[in-house]
Amino acid sequence: MRGILSDRVGAALLMAPLLLFLILAYAWPFLGVVKWSFTLPTPGLGQYHALLTDDLVQSVFIRTLRIAAIVTVVSVTAAYAITVVWVRGSPVQRVLAEFCILVPFWISVLTRAFGWVALLSNRGLINTWLQSIGFISEPLTLVRNEFGVVVGMSHFLIPFAVFPLASAMRSLDERVLLAARGLGSSRMRTFWTVFVPMTRSGIIGSALITFVFSLGFFVTPAILGGGRSVMIAELIYLRIFQSPDWGLGAAISVVLVVFVGALMALLFRYVKPKELV
Amino acid sequence: MPTYRPGPVSLILAVLVALFLLMPLLAVIPVSLTPSRMLTMPTGELSLRHYRSLIEDPRWLDSILLSLRIGIVSSILSTALALTFSLGVWMFQPRFTAALVGFVLLPMVVPPVVSAVTLYFLLTSVSGLTSFFGYDTWLGVAMAHSVMTVPFATVLILVSLSQLDRRIDLAARGLGATVWERATRVIMPNIKFGIVTAALLSFVLSWEEIGVTLFITSVNAITLPRLMWMGLRDNIDPAIAALSVILILITVLVLAVRSVVTRQRAAKV
Repeated sequence: MRGILSDRVGAALLMAPLLLFLILAYAWPFLGVVKWSFTLPTPGLGQYHALLTDDLVQSVFIRTLRIAAIVTVVSVTAAYAITVVWVRGSPVQRVLAEFCILVPFWISVLTRAFGWVALLSNRGLINTWLQSIGFISEPLTLVRNEFGVVVGMSHFLIPFAVFPLASAMRSLDERVLLAARGLGSSRMRTFWTVFVPMTRSGIIGSALITFVFSLGFFVTPAILGGGRSVMIAELIYLRIFQSPDWGLGAAISVVLVVFVGALMALLFRYVKPKELV
Repeated sequence: MPTYRPGPVSLILAVLVALFLLMPLLAVIPVSLTPSRMLTMPTGELSLRHYRSLIEDPRWLDSILLSLRIGIVSSILSTALALTFSLGVWMFQPRFTAALVGFVLLPMVVPPVVSAVTLYFLLTSVSGLTSFFGYDTWLGVAMAHSVMTVPFATVLILVSLSQLDRRIDLAARGLGATVWERATRVIMPNIKFGIVTAALLSFVLSWEEIGVTLFITSVNAITLPRLMWMGLRDNIDPAIAALSVILILITVLVLAVRSVVTRQRAAKV
């Protein structure tokens, strides 16, 4: 009896600090944000009504979904190409691929966005080079628009898209591939009709992770969009700090959480959490 | 034994992706060497003035020191919280473990901007109570960073605990060790590597945190990413390029050391 009691007390004592910390510093203030969305500036559902009718908010939501969809397709495709080599390449190819995936992964989002500014801006590397070889006379507009945002976000998300794909490619049975080749199927055909279908769970996981991440993205769109391609996260920031409209900012946050929660639930219906790492 | 290797088309595509991934990291190198005060490509002569200004300009130095302090404090806090929680989960396997772990992981899965609004609400609410802990204070930022990094630390420690053999703990228990002795003398020495990794990751995540920091600081607690952000939004300061080059070099160095260490560990086993 004493043993059971002290076990419970021990577990409670060890787990309590973190749980208390997160309840006080995270769960309670989140409820406060939910309260804001119903009470500021006036009590009621006014902010949620505004979400459905405000043209600006609507256009930002649609742009966010569009950019997230494009970024998902670009990132998953690019990630697939490099993951094939990371998982199935020769030892040297593997080391090189791993280097190209992990170095950007560990570099901060700001540095990476800045790298794209250095490449794409009017006096950046690409425009300077194209002008010096006389290919163009006026600099191309490559940042402060949706193109820059898609490029920067895809660059950020490719390493995240790699991990579920790598997990799927590692676990498949190589003998099936060799059998297909041995029976005379071409490289291309083996890839499209055997390899890709066998990595389906990885593709779904990778796409949903990329999509969910892109929905709440703040830093990269704010820097590479230059205030012109505003996405949901930046709109929340603007509503809270520039036009102080805390109620609307809070309401958009609540909608974003609900939407992302629904997508995650969808994700875990198709993919086990273990397959994602 | 034959193996299935990627063909030439796969290799070409992978090289293109690899170039895409490395390009922006390489692009900052020439920009950091420009003699101009503006963000331009150097034409002809190169200069190290932007590297010098990182040391000489007190704004950069102050924010580097502030980021170090916040990173260390928040890393200690989140590693300690993650460690005690994970020990509780592993040693006692209480009911509702899955739900409790899920709750702890929330700050990792909720969109960062929503966490930022949440922490902004928290810190502006407590600002009225004290002057040193709240909105735009370094302690407030350190606490907010702990909220954001503690899920990552918990995952790392739980993973290294899951690879631990339960029988050593059972043996210690059977020999009469108390909970404290089992935790500090038996379990923790065996997951040292996981604890250190968790602390390092927490530090790195805090060191480069910007999404939440933007919401909870204004003029006093200017961390390094916050200062970079201000320099990126207005007139782009090439000192950011110099700083980026240094940060990229550190990352490459650390990854290289890590891969050597893991290879040596693997060779030993």
